[in-house]
Amino acid sequence: MSAEAQFETVVQAKKAKVFAFPAQSSTRRVDLRKVAANVARSVVPPLIVVLLVLLVWQIACATPGASLPPPSLVWEQAGELIWNPFFDYGNGDIGLAWRVLASLQRVAIGFGFAALVGVAVGAFIGQSVWAMRGLDPIFQILRTVPPLAWLPLSLAAFRDSHPSAIFVIFITAVWPVIINTAVGVRNIPNDYRNVAAILRLNPIEFFFKVMVPAAAPYIFTGLRIGIGLSWLAIVAAEMLTGGVGIGFFIWDAWNSSRLPDIIVALVYIGVVGFMLDRLVAGFGAFITRGTAAN
Amino acid sequence: MAGYLKIDHVDKSFERNGVTSEVLKDISLEIEQGEVISIIGHSGCGKSTLLNLIAGLTEVTSGAIFLEDKTVSEPGPERAVVFQNHSLLPWLTVYENVNLAVGKVFGAKKSKAERHEWIMHNLDLVQMGHARDKRPAEISGGMKQRVGIARALAMEPKILLLDEPFGALDALTRAHLQDAVMEIHGRLNNTMIMITHDVDEAVLLSDRIVMMTNGPAARIGEVLEVPLGRPRQRLELAGDRTYLKCREAVLKFLYERHRFVEAA
Repeated sequence: MSAEAQFETVVQAKKAKVFAFPAQSSTRRVDLRKVAANVARSVVPPLIVVLLVLLVWQIACATPGASLPPPSLVWEQAGELIWNPFFDYGNGDIGLAWRVLASLQRVAIGFGFAALVGVAVGAFIGQSVWAMRGLDPIFQILRTVPPLAWLPLSLAAFRDSHPSAIFVIFITAVWPVIINTAVGVRNIPNDYRNVAAILRLNPIEFFFKVMVPAAAPYIFTGLRIGIGLSWLAIVAAEMLTGGVGIGFFIWDAWNSSRLPDIIVALVYIGVVGFMLDRLVAGFGAFITRGTAAN
Repeated sequence: MAGYLKIDHVDKSFERNGVTSEVLKDISLEIEQGEVISIIGHSGCGKSTLLNLIAGLTEVTSGAIFLEDKTVSEPGPERAVVFQNHSLLPWLTVYENVNLAVGKVFGAKKSKAERHEWIMHNLDLVQMGHARDKRPAEISGGMKQRVGIARALAMEPKILLLDEPFGALDALTRAHLQDAVMEIHGRLNNTMIMITHDVDEAVLLSDRIVMMTNGPAARIGEVLEVPLGRPRQRLELAGDRTYLKCREAVLKFLYERHRFVEAA
């Protein structure tokens, strides 16, 4: 509590400084201070909350016989997983970064296919009324099937866990991409179509020069939902298929009662998922910089 | 061969939910090369439909349209359209928007340097060379419309079709662009068909004014010759007798004989 109060005064002091000397200080210095204040505003509050949560957690789980380990025990027993993500002791005893990378590789392949197929199929559905009528109801039903429900079928089809996991990623991520792309393509203003018609753009030129850029904001919304779902699905799929990966690591840790490891892995998954989301969102914002503002 | 562009007994009707609505009825018109034609009429009379038919964006129900004795059946760059809402692609810069058209129309015929020169030539024609690297969102409505005109001109169209090109602009900007269009016509002597709501615009710019009756099943009510020499000066014409007479004739047609009742 006192920390928070202190922080408040710090921020106010900073604000006061900025507003006190606007004329004398150069713009660059004002900017730096503003940046610093912004960083403080966005970083310090979550930091305080995390510390508070850790504190409460520590108090709650410190009693002997508590079913979950307190943060101090996590640090003690799984510390190396936190501060050395890249170790490799052989025999599959490797740091979490390697496991995350293995999972990310699966996601990259599965999501990559989902993006390509999703945009192509979505464009087709968005263009054709009959494809829309025929396929949309089927997609609407299939997209509600939980990712893991596909796994047995996919194991039976591929007879190998690696492609099965990738297929689960694909089938999870592809629906939002298809549906959002189709909506985006249907919403392309008629004027753009008229321009394309007058220029006699062929279907391929139309696809790359008009359709994709015009539907890009929708496509990226779909991709962003898709990457989030992929990351959800890969962890669950790996818990069942085994092999190297962050999902299997959790399952393995559970089987050998290493709860602290699980907690560290959860943090990794959360952070990586967040970064994936930001990555796609940032990429989308960069690509569509001209499109949103008309 | 009579008429550069020939519209021959064209009907157009749309069918929706089994109900057929006639929009245009028995439209016939012949336009010579280099002529500037305005089509004027109350809203809903099918002016835009007529322009879309000439552009090839909509198909005729019966009758035919010929350009240089060839039937118009699909859209193409030889009938370039300047759209009311500019229709520039917002993710491309001004230069890239014109380049899209030039690349498609002259990609095989001109070298890269020639295409660049041609793009800049057309942008300079509408005085937009300075904004070549701006995106449509960064320039004003009048500037967007200028770029729209540059894009259309860059296709070197046989006929330039303008669909209420200045309708969304304020009066001053509109006057500037009208002057620009007159100047371009003076230089290129291109054939233009323009849809407008504005009586002054019609008289100022055109050689003939096509006045449409009210829909449904609109037809050409009257074609008025504007016997004014070129180049025309807005200020000199303001008190000119011929100009005023033409203006009066159009006003009479629109507000006496074919008053748009629903709009009142």
